[in-house]
Amino acid sequence: MTAKIATANRLLDGAVVYLGPDGDWSEAIGGARVARDADQAAELEAQGREALAARHVVEPYLIDVALSDDGRPVPIGWRETIRANGPTVLNQTGPSAAQGGGHV
Amino acid sequence: MYKYDSFDETFVAERSRQFRGQVARRLSGELSEEQFRPLRLMNGVYLQLHAYMLRIAIPYGLLSSTQLRRLAHIARRYDRGYGHITTRQNIQFNWPRLADIPDILDALAEVEMHAVQTSGNCIRNVTADPFAGVAPDEIEDPRVWSEIIRQWSTLHPEFSFLPRKFKIAVTGAPRDRAAIALHDIGLRLRRGADGEIGFEVLVGGGQGRTPMLAKTIRDYVPARDLLSYLEAILHVYNQFGRRDNKYKARIKILVHEIGIDKMRDDVEAAWADMRRDELELAPTIVERIRAHFAPPAYLSDLPHTTPEIELQAKSNEAFAGWLRHNVHDHKQPGYAAVTVSLKPTGGIPGDITAEQMEAVADLADRYGFGELRATHEQNLVFADIPRRDLHDLWRALVAQGLATPNAGLITDIIACPGLDYCALANARSIPLAQQLSDRFADLKRQEDIGDLKIKISGCINACGHHHVGHIGILGVDKKGQELYQITLGGSADENASIGEIVGPGVAPDKVPDAVETIVGVYLARRNAGESFLDAYRRLGAAPFKEALYDRD
Amino acid sequence: MTVIRNGRVVPDSWRPARGGPAAEKAGHVYVTPDQWAADPDGWRAHPGPIGLRLASDQPPAMLADDLGRFDLILLEFPAFTDGRAYSYARQLRERHGYAGELRAVGDVLRDQLLFMFRCGIDSFEVDLGGNAAAEAWAEAAAEISVWYQSMPADRRPPLARPGARRAGGRG
Repeated sequence: MTAKIATANRLLDGAVVYLGPDGDWSEAIGGARVARDADQAAELEAQGREALAARHVVEPYLIDVALSDDGRPVPIGWRETIRANGPTVLNQTGPSAAQGGGHV
Repeated sequence: MYKYDSFDETFVAERSRQFRGQVARRLSGELSEEQFRPLRLMNGVYLQLHAYMLRIAIPYGLLSSTQLRRLAHIARRYDRGYGHITTRQNIQFNWPRLADIPDILDALAEVEMHAVQTSGNCIRNVTADPFAGVAPDEIEDPRVWSEIIRQWSTLHPEFSFLPRKFKIAVTGAPRDRAAIALHDIGLRLRRGADGEIGFEVLVGGGQGRTPMLAKTIRDYVPARDLLSYLEAILHVYNQFGRRDNKYKARIKILVHEIGIDKMRDDVEAAWADMRRDELELAPTIVERIRAHFAPPAYLSDLPHTTPEIELQAKSNEAFAGWLRHNVHDHKQPGYAAVTVSLKPTGGIPGDITAEQMEAVADLADRYGFGELRATHEQNLVFADIPRRDLHDLWRALVAQGLATPNAGLITDIIACPGLDYCALANARSIPLAQQLSDRFADLKRQEDIGDLKIKISGCINACGHHHVGHIGILGVDKKGQELYQITLGGSADENASIGEIVGPGVAPDKVPDAVETIVGVYLARRNAGESFLDAYRRLGAAPFKEALYDRD
Repeated sequence: MTVIRNGRVVPDSWRPARGGPAAEKAGHVYVTPDQWAADPDGWRAHPGPIGLRLASDQPPAMLADDLGRFDLILLEFPAFTDGRAYSYARQLRERHGYAGELRAVGDVLRDQLLFMFRCGIDSFEVDLGGNAAAEAWAEAAAEISVWYQSMPADRRPPLARPGARRAGGRG
């Protein structure tokens, strides 16, 4: 199975967030919890549903990711790359870019 | 422009308070996201890729300087210092927090603005000719009727849960600068046999997945019957528009499936059964609205030009170019309408910073009776500029980067926000617009090419109106890569047409070359004085396809 | 489920008809158009009270000549996004002159109550307990006090401004 992580938008401000290993949702994709099999993926989805019900996030879903050399998730495809790093057309982009998120 | 009375003020205040309550109930969990979504959409609040997006209504594109200053304040205080003018004459902010939106709506209500019905399955902003009230070819000011329709359609209890969105546009001139053929209802002001004002009513236009041109349902509806007739159309659509498939739910599909004749019969039957007297627009009602759109206090005997302007035009090519392209004829002698270009070379089409908004507001006050318009081509227009002030205005616009002399030229590109912002998109549109703008920047070259409308959409929803671009560009996703499909020969005016696909999709870095090739064919084969669109209609797609694909 | 009418919780003695008119002699039952069609004369002869329940794809014109027969007409909103019954409500009141109780049933949520009311619906079956239902109505009804459209109850010309004054020079 391709590695997956959970992402959503924060309810209060719409910011793109990723589910971390401790159950928190943060804007940094690099620290997201990676699921490597179907069970782990199901667990991510369950946490997404919980966060939705707890009114923390909206529209949680899983995305496929590639893994960097040190095992950190990297988005695949334009859409998730842009979600992680912000618009490609502004100097100011999403917070991840400030962490050197490999923006094109 | 329309000035609120206490009724209108009460409405926006109540509506804002209502939404504040709905947000609170969402945050407390009383409303689920599913229940909240249509409610927030009806207040123009989308969830996009990065953040919420707030779409604020600019009724038929008309803004006061006070309102524009408030938008600048909102951009600074609640957003990232800029806004985006849309293809429906509205403005969008891309980064508001949901928790702040009630405050934003209150700030808007204070200046007679709102975000009501800029999204959702309801009647949206009524759009009109950006040169309304000043165009020399105008029969009747469409703003009067747009305002009447706006009020009638605001929070209409019967039509707030339609099968899908519903868009209405009005043109007051034979030349259609409002793209009425591409709207769910298009209205063309005209005079009847008795010389009285009325409307040709068209139904079932739209773009998206299945672009269609609207068809005439009634040649002439007298003005007094406008609202009752619109209500009959909506009444039929609300009942019989498809609700089983989101992509087949617009009225254009209903018209297509049952035919315009059956549609007409159904609407006429519904109209006959209605209590039309309750919706009749008596002349007193129309005059009350029309009074809000009285011409400003024009000075008479203003000169068409001045020695200073003549001198500047001769010595300064940038100013001369701007005069040629961005300055338009006006009903009133000595005045002009001016396009404020939001398409700087290499820039993001339609974006405007808070600082620019404030500068434009000041210029509106100084030169333009305190008003301006947003256009569906993502520019702004000062409708009433004394021609003797054109050079001073131009210099001030240059200082703000708002004087690009490209109105109607190839770099006056329409582009949707695309995958950089929009959750629906398959591909980006803004970088492409920037590259094309850079590639064709040279003004002499642009003038040689002449009128050429490039329109770019990042997905099939066609918010960039690519179907009606002379050159239309549609971004698609092919196995994770962006690819662009090119169409040719679209037009949104009174001779509307849907563009034809020329061939397989083109990689992003090849699109500027492809456009060069297309332009090259046109330049090589046009007749003297023939526009791109006319040449395309004469030549057909073949020479363009050949040049684009057979060479490879 | 609670029924709200005139701002108050009202007892609901109506139920769906299980048999034909003879079996349902006591009345206070409502029929679907199919049930009606099985024995229209029988139902017409029923002493009443009887009601009609319309699904969201069943316009009232289906039974145009008999609408006056019903003391109650229920309009279904299977999903709150299905807005067809708003049009049916207006047809019932305005075209057919229906004067009985018009009730919204189904996915009837607080945020649509006022729209329904403005279309001529005068009772609502909501999935809330009694107090909560009355509160929901009271809050909803108080939210918007000015309407741009005149509805059957208003009897005023379009774009009329009851009680409006010119605003102070803003914008």
